[in-house]
Amino acid sequence: MSILQKSITEIHEALKNKEITSDQLVAESLQKCHEVEDEYNAFVTIVDDAKGGCVTDDLLSGIPFGVKDNYSTKDILSTASSNTLKDYVPFYDATSIENLKKSGAIIVGKTAMDEFGLGGTGTTAHTGKILNPWDKTRMCAGSSSGSAASVASGCYPYALGSDTGDSIRKPAAYCGIVGYKPTYGMISRYGLFAFASSLDHCGVLTRSVLDAAIVVDAMKGKDPNDMTSWDSSHINLTKATTKKLGEVRLCYIKELCDISNYPHADETLKQHLANFQETIHKCEDLGWKVEEVSIDKQLLDALASVYVVISCAEATSNLSNLTGIIFGPRGKGNNWEEMMMDHRTNGFSQLIKRRLVIGSYVLQKENQERYFKNAQRVRRLLVDEWKRLYEKYDAVILPVGSGPAKKFDEDVDMIDNTTALEEHLQIGNFGGFPSITIPNGFIDNLPVGVNLTANNYNDELLLNIAYHLEASMPYKNQIAGGRHE
Amino acid sequence: MSKYKVVIGLEMHCELKSNSKVFSSARNSYNSLPNDNVRPIDMAFPGTLPVVNKKCVKDALKMSMVLNCTIPQYMYFDRKNYYYPDLPKGYQITQMESPVGINGKIDIECNGQIVPVTIHDIHLEEDAASLDHYFGTSCIDYNRAGVPLLELVTEPCLSSADEAVAFLETMRSIYQFCDVSEGDTKKGQIRCDVNVSIMDEDAKEFGTRVEIKNVNSFGGVHDAIIYEIERQSKLKDEGRYDEVIQETRRWDEETAQTIHMRSKVDAIDYKYFVDPNIPKYKITKEWLEEIKKEIPMLPLECKQKYINEYGLSDYDAGVIIKEKAYVDYYEECLSLNINPKVACNWLTTQILGEINHQEISLNDFYIKPRLLKQLIDALDAKTISSKQAKEIFFKAASEQKEPKSYIKEGMTQISDEKELTKIVEAIMERSENQIAQYKNGKTNLFDYFVGQVMKETKGKANPVITKELINKYLN
Repeated sequence: MSILQKSITEIHEALKNKEITSDQLVAESLQKCHEVEDEYNAFVTIVDDAKGGCVTDDLLSGIPFGVKDNYSTKDILSTASSNTLKDYVPFYDATSIENLKKSGAIIVGKTAMDEFGLGGTGTTAHTGKILNPWDKTRMCAGSSSGSAASVASGCYPYALGSDTGDSIRKPAAYCGIVGYKPTYGMISRYGLFAFASSLDHCGVLTRSVLDAAIVVDAMKGKDPNDMTSWDSSHINLTKATTKKLGEVRLCYIKELCDISNYPHADETLKQHLANFQETIHKCEDLGWKVEEVSIDKQLLDALASVYVVISCAEATSNLSNLTGIIFGPRGKGNNWEEMMMDHRTNGFSQLIKRRLVIGSYVLQKENQERYFKNAQRVRRLLVDEWKRLYEKYDAVILPVGSGPAKKFDEDVDMIDNTTALEEHLQIGNFGGFPSITIPNGFIDNLPVGVNLTANNYNDELLLNIAYHLEASMPYKNQIAGGRHE
Repeated sequence: MSKYKVVIGLEMHCELKSNSKVFSSARNSYNSLPNDNVRPIDMAFPGTLPVVNKKCVKDALKMSMVLNCTIPQYMYFDRKNYYYPDLPKGYQITQMESPVGINGKIDIECNGQIVPVTIHDIHLEEDAASLDHYFGTSCIDYNRAGVPLLELVTEPCLSSADEAVAFLETMRSIYQFCDVSEGDTKKGQIRCDVNVSIMDEDAKEFGTRVEIKNVNSFGGVHDAIIYEIERQSKLKDEGRYDEVIQETRRWDEETAQTIHMRSKVDAIDYKYFVDPNIPKYKITKEWLEEIKKEIPMLPLECKQKYINEYGLSDYDAGVIIKEKAYVDYYEECLSLNINPKVACNWLTTQILGEINHQEISLNDFYIKPRLLKQLIDALDAKTISSKQAKEIFFKAASEQKEPKSYIKEGMTQISDEKELTKIVEAIMERSENQIAQYKNGKTNLFDYFVGQVMKETKGKANPVITKELINKYLN
């Protein structure tokens, strides 16, 4: 077993004990990145000239990691998987990258993604679609597709992702790993290419809960460059994660999890929800109190539309800096309007264009009240609903999606409405809640995940719960193609 | 003059003074080197975020108070979305939903009349980059991108070009008085949009509003309004008022005309929405009270005070309040206990004359109030004559030496009665003839005696005392 498949703590010890040098580790990682790139198309850039670094007492020192391509990385191509930025090399590091560099961590690759994060399939990258390392005919979900594929394949113990709807937590589930986005503002967004600012979160994909805690501890912190960041110096996720737990109260939502909601359910969905119930039993075996709660179905059914409206509206504005005038390929034309038009017409994929049209439409004066403002109202209602749950429960536990990774050519022909089941992770973004996905089993030899979402600022408790649930199941540190059930 | 009633509304953009830009840490200062005051956010590099400059918010709130506006409970900003090469982010951060001030009012003075002006709103926003167009190419300078701008929007409540200009001048001096802006139109720090419509005297509804964009001088505002009134009046006179359309025009300085830019149907939908990168924050009462304390006395208030409390003439008070620096100088004189009228006379005649002559600003003038006081004290003590005082003033100003170094003993006036009595008596004793003639009615010989005393003392005799003594001797 390659040392890169081990946990951060184990790799750190190996480095400390000089079983391996940082240089060797980085070289091995680069080689693995190339293999994974050849197999799954997971990278935009592999940093071939990356060298090992100093090994200090910092757990991350000298250890390679991957970065989603929408993080600004100084002197390393950062494209957000878009032709609009195909040659863009930033001159500054995102704050979270700067923080990781201070820890001595080493970037070895920039991972492919859905263009600017606007997608959940991993099929819209300008470098081509990203394949699932468990089954190349299937998608990784997105948009942190390359990060998920590379961590699941064992290129390194962790890769950074970003999460606007479920972009860390769903690919993590589809690739059988851990995906964590902390409370909004715990990690600075400075240097993360904006998609929808009120929903965008930085986060990480790892193979264990403890690793996620270690990485986010290094990334987080109040940043004078991001007004939405806050001081979390009193929070130590690494320490909190492995603590003993007291009484735990969880809830799950009947309208999403009960199989009777889906009278036409196929075998996969049945298995998926049954597997979720098994995880609930595991929780109960741990002595936790788990209750089924009911939420207005109408409200749940609205969440996907709320997400589309708000995220597209903000994206329309956020992506307006892409004109080819200051950076990105200069468009052709006889005047500035034609030049901008040409840059954007040729630079964006069809999917982004569709979403930008939606965003523009819902922001128009005559539509804003009906769509954008109403979406914000429903967002508030949903968040309030979840906040009410948090008065009684430590976290909400729910299955991720309606099953394992989908096939690229899968015809979505669901008779039952599974939209809310597919999209409920977006509530974590609506409220800025800390949210973590961990693997909880296999269906047809493909991994599936379960999600825990807690109240704002309760990251320590959330990771602590996730850690103990993870320990009760045999999926920690699994590598794609490794152990199946 | 038009026979129609004229209705004017103004939008006044004024650049604020600050160390750094309004949402960026780049310097906010005039810089002749293009693209030097630039941080990554000023060019909208991917991943950059705005950070609000608290000083700018404070100054905006200060002006909101001065304009007697209603101040919102929370501070937040909106995005105004549109594409233009001078707008790097593709949106301008501004305030639409919740400006720093709404529903304000302020009195201005125009041709001796007090005119009340109602304020629709005042809001804080960022400036765009500046474009320089050359033959076949254009250059973008991002120094100006992100410079804080305060935009003030009046209700359509002004009725002449004079009133519009008086309002702008008043606001500029208020900005200067409050030290929030240099308000220099030559540096492009003030830019205006003007809305003009005309209507029949007895009409109840406003006429068709025409907007004139980017007028960059007060003279331009005046001329553009006059031009527009004439243009619209002519069309109305000719029964072609339907040709006055709701449109945006621009003022062309060279041809002194307004020129059509776009009509209402082409109006841009800016798709405003709240900027999610800047969290809403509460404007506390404590902060507002702190800010309120910093508001100095404003020009019109100063003028009233000078007239009512110090008995200055309307004209003199008007001269002093023209510039903040004059008021500061005057107030400092008063705090040094210089008589208000005396200080006013010195300031409005000698001092302003001298700085005009030297072509310098009052701030750079050598004779500060402290030095002026040396002169005035000597004058009060009758140590020097007023003629000497003026001479010393000019000498001190040009040689940049303290006045007291000129008030030497040799220069000192002889005010000692005993000493002067001796001199007067000596002169009188040898002037028997003249005294006889004087007593026979040749009274103009009085000046002869004074002249003799002056000759004897080389002009240092105190003229008042001298005259008294001569008078006493003769009678």
